[in-house]
Amino acid sequence: MGRVARVQLAVILGFVAVLELLTRTGAINRLTLIPPSAMAAHLWKMLVGGELDAPMTQTFANVAIAFALSVALGFAGGVAIHGLPRLRRLSDPLLASYYAVPFFVFYPLLIAVFGLNRWPLIAIGVVFGAAAMAIATLNGLDRVPRVLRKVARAHDLGWAEETFLIVLPAAAPHLFTGLKLSLAYSFIGVVAGEFILSGSGLGHAIAYAYDSFDNPTMYALMLFVVALAIALNATLHVWEQRLLARRRRQ
Amino acid sequence: MSAQVSSEPRHLRPLGDAALLLLSAVLAWQALYEVVGDVALTPPLATLANAGALLGSPIFWRHVSATAAAFAASLAIAAAAGVAAGLALGFHRFSGLVAEPILTALYTLPKVTLYPVVLLVFGLGISAKIAFGVMHGVIPVILFTMNAVRNVDPVHLKTARALDLTAVQTAGTILAPAVVPEIFTGLRVGFALSLLGVIIGEMFASQRGLGFMIINGINTHDVPTMMAVILLIMVFAIAASTLLLAADRKLHRRG
Repeated sequence: MGRVARVQLAVILGFVAVLELLTRTGAINRLTLIPPSAMAAHLWKMLVGGELDAPMTQTFANVAIAFALSVALGFAGGVAIHGLPRLRRLSDPLLASYYAVPFFVFYPLLIAVFGLNRWPLIAIGVVFGAAAMAIATLNGLDRVPRVLRKVARAHDLGWAEETFLIVLPAAAPHLFTGLKLSLAYSFIGVVAGEFILSGSGLGHAIAYAYDSFDNPTMYALMLFVVALAIALNATLHVWEQRLLARRRRQ
Repeated sequence: MSAQVSSEPRHLRPLGDAALLLLSAVLAWQALYEVVGDVALTPPLATLANAGALLGSPIFWRHVSATAAAFAASLAIAAAAGVAAGLALGFHRFSGLVAEPILTALYTLPKVTLYPVVLLVFGLGISAKIAFGVMHGVIPVILFTMNAVRNVDPVHLKTARALDLTAVQTAGTILAPAVVPEIFTGLRVGFALSLLGVIIGEMFASQRGLGFMIINGINTHDVPTMMAVILLIMVFAIAASTLLLAADRKLHRRG
């Protein structure tokens, strides 16, 4: 483990330790925050007891579907907008203000369109995730060096060869950023949608615990969501660093 | 682009394109309405009329000023704290390396789910809304500012040393022009996200503000009001983003 990673771990552990101390000594009211160790213990109990199986399966499946659709639609959208400069100029301010719109409010509309099932939530995840992928795709395609396109022409590459041998590898780092962001946004969209409006899933479980003043369950679930987000990010971060290192070696 | 032949004057074309895009959006909206009906949607023209009526009602403006106050406060805090933290993390390289993945992880958190904690800590009311806006907006400001400082060309700093500039002179003539455009981009993103944070905050923790109007509309099946408020928020967000984006591009070109 490098020095940076060690310090990161120390920072996080230190933060947890401070919270533990403040809650144990009563400096922070137990009604406001419970000690991290109590959160972890309760989470463990819930995991072992199988309480989380149903909401977890549902949320993970929804996030996975939303992520896959986001990537496919966002990538296609990015390629299409890139190919149409006139549309491009118009879409920039729209994409820039995109994340200021609280899309959750369309949940009732989505229920009217899709029915009362998992698809409204997935749709919110896709609405969030696809734009990030589209923006990253645009960035990636913009930054393919012109000289590489010329190389493709000089070698008389066909469309498919140019795409798979030149354009996609050159745009890869940006596309990877797009994958990362659209996973994060799909996760945010689905869990936030569950929290606000739905009747099932991890997000709903947190809201339900909050409404019934069940602090241990609420904090255990929050810890779970936070840990999940950190684990996902760390995995993608390591993978990305490896990809980048391989590119530099080439 | 350059070789295109067109009968319309060049400078008018973006406007024509915008009108075309707007028209297709309105048509899609109307078509969706024909399919879904009144349950969850009002048609474009009716929504526009409702929005116009809202703009004339004093109650609406009271909600607007509640949202505006919370938004202004959270944007100010997110900007000040974000730029300060970003500068510190940018100049102190090691701290930046340590903080970056942690900040990214926090950024990807579904922050809505942490809302109960914010409520428990800040109580119901404007401070919870502000805190929620800051939570959403501050991280992009930090990340953009940090990267701006890191990407300052070392040659420029060496030049400053070679010319024997004072710290103030270096900051004013070398650092500021180099980092301001990137920081502005961060503030632009922070602007949009703080607005989202405040509005989501109002949806749960408030009896005032545009977010409250929306959630109240959802809960009482007052679809026309909900749609009109959303339309007005979207128009505001898109207009503000367009202006900020234009300023952003100008700053970047000047560099």
